[in-house]
Amino acid sequence: MTLSLSLRAAIVSIALFVAFLLVWQVAVSGTGPAATMDPEYAKLMGVTATQGKSAMPGPLEVGAKLWEQLKNPFYDKGPNDKGLGIQLGFSIARVLTGYLLAVLFAIPVGFLIGMSPLMSRALDPFIQVLKPISPLAWMPLALYTIKDSSLSAIFVIFICSLWPTLINTAFGVANVRKEWLNVAKTLEVGTLRQAFTVILPAAAPTILTGMRISIGIAWLVIVAAEMLVGGTGIGYYVWNEWNNLSINSVITAILLIGVVGMLLDLMLARLTRLVTFPE
Amino acid sequence: MSDKFISIENIARRYPKPGGGETTIFENLWLSMARGEFVCVIGHSGCGKTTVLNILAGLDSPSDGTVIVDGQAIGGPSLDRAVIFQSHALLPWRTVIGNVAYAVASKHRGWSQAQINAHAQRFIDVVGLTGAEHKRPAELSGGMKQRVGIARALSIEPKIMLMDEPFSALDALTRGTLQDEVRRICLTTGQTVFMITHDVDEAIYLADKVVLMTNGPGAVIAEIVDNPLPKTRARADVHKHPLYYAVRNHIIDFLVARSKSFDKGAAYDPRNVTVVRPGVAPDDGYPPLEGEARRAQRAGVG
Repeated sequence: MTLSLSLRAAIVSIALFVAFLLVWQVAVSGTGPAATMDPEYAKLMGVTATQGKSAMPGPLEVGAKLWEQLKNPFYDKGPNDKGLGIQLGFSIARVLTGYLLAVLFAIPVGFLIGMSPLMSRALDPFIQVLKPISPLAWMPLALYTIKDSSLSAIFVIFICSLWPTLINTAFGVANVRKEWLNVAKTLEVGTLRQAFTVILPAAAPTILTGMRISIGIAWLVIVAAEMLVGGTGIGYYVWNEWNNLSINSVITAILLIGVVGMLLDLMLARLTRLVTFPE
Repeated sequence: MSDKFISIENIARRYPKPGGGETTIFENLWLSMARGEFVCVIGHSGCGKTTVLNILAGLDSPSDGTVIVDGQAIGGPSLDRAVIFQSHALLPWRTVIGNVAYAVASKHRGWSQAQINAHAQRFIDVVGLTGAEHKRPAELSGGMKQRVGIARALSIEPKIMLMDEPFSALDALTRGTLQDEVRRICLTTGQTVFMITHDVDEAIYLADKVVLMTNGPGAVIAEIVDNPLPKTRARADVHKHPLYYAVRNHIIDFLVARSKSFDKGAAYDPRNVTVVRPGVAPDDGYPPLEGEARRAQRAGVG
């Protein structure tokens, strides 16, 4: 009996996951009492020193923590103790704001660059210089000029989401098949109508691919940006829990960052499929 | 020619050479077409046929000369001149009716969606695609795609149809069917057609006149073959007509030999190139017909 490919893949995935959990569990389990010491002193040092127990939590502890967090994701007990749902919500809101602003800016400018060889050449040096700048390098400038840490984080997201969408839009627009443009020309279609009825649908898959890369980068950058600006957000949470030496919370947060990033990517992939046309 | 519905006047196309100077693709091109005439252009690749068609379409402009259509010099693309592209050039994100409706909406800006769709539907019916309106181009065969291209061109009811090797990407059977349809539609509507082809049989079946171009660079119109076959010719027996092989051999002789060696000579007048009717007026200074053509001619005339 041959199982379908996806079923076999799922079995391998699960096997790998179980193996990983086992190795993890073994790696972090204690090695017995390390040394005999005065019970008072031992109490002060904690299990890490007395029983050779790793400070790294095992999978069961992380699972318990995750369950505890997921059970009540939206609690708010002051600035340093908020539910993961709230922290993720702050991050997602910042990412979406900065990202949507970037898309609103990048698509028209990309159109301009793609349609006008003059603007393409004129803007190229700026893009080439600005594109490789790490988005976090903008942070001091943003903090100085905007004077608001949350808005600065949004600005950083804006600037890092800009380039893939901008470049893909310009590329997609510039490479619309000549014959489709000729169809529009022979039908005396005006420039604006041509942009919306021929160029936009033809370039849409390329534009959406750029937007998909952008959202991925934005989600990468938000964690780092929030570690810098602090206050709220999943990046701040990770750094705060590191300062609390709660490795368990850090791992839980890392897991959720991965899941949210995957969902954002999935959303854009779904949108891309909507505008893709078979040829 | 008295009726000059389309008049190509002294057009040329030149490109700058990489090392300086210019390459002339074709020059000194004069051609006029009457209303309702079906003209095919035959010539080897590189003689500039497609450029001539693009100039007629307004997608390209000549280095010299002008083209006058219906009394007006053309200055760009126009809804009066519809193009049927070799690659069909359908918009893949639109359905069949969407593609035709796009052209209709471009022509009739003020129409309601219902009017546009009804008009588009009429031309989808004409090309025999009824029932496939809501398919996307990717779901259609090559022949069906080209039918959509034809419906789109017809739907704007142009003064002229320009076809750039419209059937060259199709298999022989589909090509034959589409040729029949194009011929039927053009005869019933009196459409003026300018078509580029590499297929001699296609040209003989469809065209009233076949324009023979010499090889590029520096291509010119060598002569115009006035198709002597009756207007009522049918696919089933066109190749049995006594003059068929005279015409066919004349064109093939031209493509094989004379297109390369064509000597303009002193008598060549680009404004008035020789019009030949192979098999009908043999002593016009052109090589006499040989063998089968002569037999065919004898059978036909005598």
